[in-house]
Amino acid sequence: MKIALIGNQNCGKTTLFNCLTGSYQHVGNFPGITVEKKIGRLKHDKNIEIVDLPGIYSLSPYSAEEILTRDFLIKNNSDIILNIIDATNIERNLYLTLQILELNLPTIIALNMIDELKLLGNSVNISELENILKVKIIPITASKKEGIADLIYEIKKIIQENKPREKIDVCNGEVHKAIHSVAHIIEDHAQKKNISSRFAALKIIQNDELMIDYLKLDNDEIKIIDEIINSMKNNLNKESDIAVVDMYYNFIEKICKNCVIKNKNISQKSIDIDKILTHKFFALPIFLLIMSLIFFISFYLVGGFLTNLLSLSFEVLKYKLQDFLIKHKTNELVRSLVIDGAFQSLISILSFLPMVSVLFFLLSILEDSGYMARVAFFMDAFLRKIGLSGKSFVPMLIGFGCSVPAIMSTRTLLSNREKKITIFLIPFMSCSAKIPIYIFLTSLIFSKLAIFIIILLYLSGIIIAVITSLFLKKNIMHGKPMPFLLELPPYRMPTKKNLALHARDKIKDFLSRAFSIIFVSSIFIWILEKFDFHFRIVEDKSNSILACFSKFISPIFKPLGFGHWMQSCAIASGLIAKETVLTTLLVLCNGDNNKIKNLFDAKSAFCFLLFIVLYTPCIAAISTIHSELKSTTKTFICIVSQLFIAWITTFVFYNIFFDIDKLLVMLMLTFFVLSFKKIINKKICTCHKNHCDRCHKNKK
Amino acid sequence: MRLSDLKINESGVVLKISSIGSLRRRLLDMGITNNTEIKIIKRAPLGDPIEIFLRGYELIVREEDAKLIEVKKI
Repeated sequence: MKIALIGNQNCGKTTLFNCLTGSYQHVGNFPGITVEKKIGRLKHDKNIEIVDLPGIYSLSPYSAEEILTRDFLIKNNSDIILNIIDATNIERNLYLTLQILELNLPTIIALNMIDELKLLGNSVNISELENILKVKIIPITASKKEGIADLIYEIKKIIQENKPREKIDVCNGEVHKAIHSVAHIIEDHAQKKNISSRFAALKIIQNDELMIDYLKLDNDEIKIIDEIINSMKNNLNKESDIAVVDMYYNFIEKICKNCVIKNKNISQKSIDIDKILTHKFFALPIFLLIMSLIFFISFYLVGGFLTNLLSLSFEVLKYKLQDFLIKHKTNELVRSLVIDGAFQSLISILSFLPMVSVLFFLLSILEDSGYMARVAFFMDAFLRKIGLSGKSFVPMLIGFGCSVPAIMSTRTLLSNREKKITIFLIPFMSCSAKIPIYIFLTSLIFSKLAIFIIILLYLSGIIIAVITSLFLKKNIMHGKPMPFLLELPPYRMPTKKNLALHARDKIKDFLSRAFSIIFVSSIFIWILEKFDFHFRIVEDKSNSILACFSKFISPIFKPLGFGHWMQSCAIASGLIAKETVLTTLLVLCNGDNNKIKNLFDAKSAFCFLLFIVLYTPCIAAISTIHSELKSTTKTFICIVSQLFIAWITTFVFYNIFFDIDKLLVMLMLTFFVLSFKKIINKKICTCHKNHCDRCHKNKK
Repeated sequence: MRLSDLKINESGVVLKISSIGSLRRRLLDMGITNNTEIKIIKRAPLGDPIEIFLRGYELIVREEDAKLIEVKKI
């Protein structure tokens, strides 16, 4: 038995899914958090499968995750549809509901956010609405788990009864005639595909090409259908798609007049908060203030304090363990494996757990409150200048946590071009795995200046992202920005349960990474640095297997200021996971901080960190990029160019930036190249088009 | 008159949607159709995009997209 959860974006599908199945999927107060279908089983009855689908506004979809939802509905034949309606926004939510009812599948409606509806002083006459729509409607508040038991009871009842639903008739007049004639023509095709012919006819009248392709209509049929649609258009004096939508909304307006008592539309609280947070002048400063406060709290105030405490206690534990091993006269090699190989690298990562979880916790408060949508709103104008849109801001912000979910969330972007650019830029946002490296190296080498260097590193990632995006927009990825339509959710108080859930997820993920991939790779590094090619123990580490490999690649990094084989080895190991850059350095230096310190001077340390900010992401992120771009060549190009950008930037920084003469020469050269390019562009382009991306500026 | 010509706190009724393709379908899905009443709530700090209110909820539209929606001021 399969139940599909369907509803508009941000109406609480995933919250309800978590309630019903007892699972812990990520939720937030921003439209389009769920981008993949998720399957779970009902908590008390494992025979019932529940599928959480990405939110959609209608059954004529166009972004990838919306197509997924519709395809699931019309091709997978779910047994029951559970339609979730946001009670505070009932008018628009019913538009999808009416389309779902056309599918003629057993349906039940959950009217969510009843608590907010009551707060506004509004109410819905549920029995009247049930009479009109001829389906069962259950009022619930998913975030407080109210009404869930009733809902489960009704679902089971529908399964047991198993009787066909009464049909409702929404359409009238000309549209009605057209739907019936088209439905008659395509009946055979629809039956073959096992979908309602009325539903298919509706979609065809709305010019839904996906549906026309899916039904495999022949040319004669398409011709007749076109004639039917044209005569409807002429009679109504309206476009065919508008005619259908008008018909639905007229019906909905009638329903709302009868069943919905409206006192207030949106909460005054949201309006008041927005007056400050999206203020003409204060919006951006407030955003920057909030972000710096978050970083200050997580790196210094709370996270920093806890991290220091944890690392001190780990240090004590390490010496205790060492003493214990010496006392029992264990083999020196075993001792080195346990202490230098495993324990040292594990504790160096684990001590950063408080910092990372506090950062995540605070970011998730932002996400749950609804502030992200506002940021997307006022950042849109700026992002459009660099070829992106307000929507691509959210994946980037998630990128400060981890690139993998950030890259996956680019599915909500409508345009393919925007999606590609965003995916390419996300790794430039320093992910939380890089925090241990930054903090460790900066506090070791820059001591008191550490926090400024870290801010500088974060900023340089953002600046390079902006420059790259501008370059891509002007030279490679031309094209107009896609329309930007985003629903603004009301501010909501983040629930304790959700925040705990986010924090728990992050801690779990952090610990499992530390104990699996980072643990294994540091032992692996330890083995490779202890033995040579004949598997003999080496006296001098520079003869080990690892050193031989690393020396092979270290010439690449020599011009950047960090040509020592240990440094290149650390960089290369960062491809497994970013934390391993630090653990590798520690293993190679036997956990001796002074040895690490001697590898760097201030300039090379900064360049080393700069390279880490910019270079290729870890293997998990690369495989996510691959699955999102769906092309090996594109992924390869993406990785190589990230490496190239990192190399060039660091090279320029190391060789030129610290030398004022060279800097001046460099600036002059760039100026000449840019002006030269402008002249050439003007001369070469001989087009006569009105909209040529290359020269339209000059023509203006 | 175009939707983008309305000032803050002014309302209009939609007469015609002249956009095409996916934007048109998206606008229709979001409930912007003939005779829909739309109110301008505010503009972003840089003047674009625009926050509008319709059918009991708030939506963000860009100026250039709002130009394609013809309205009658009320």
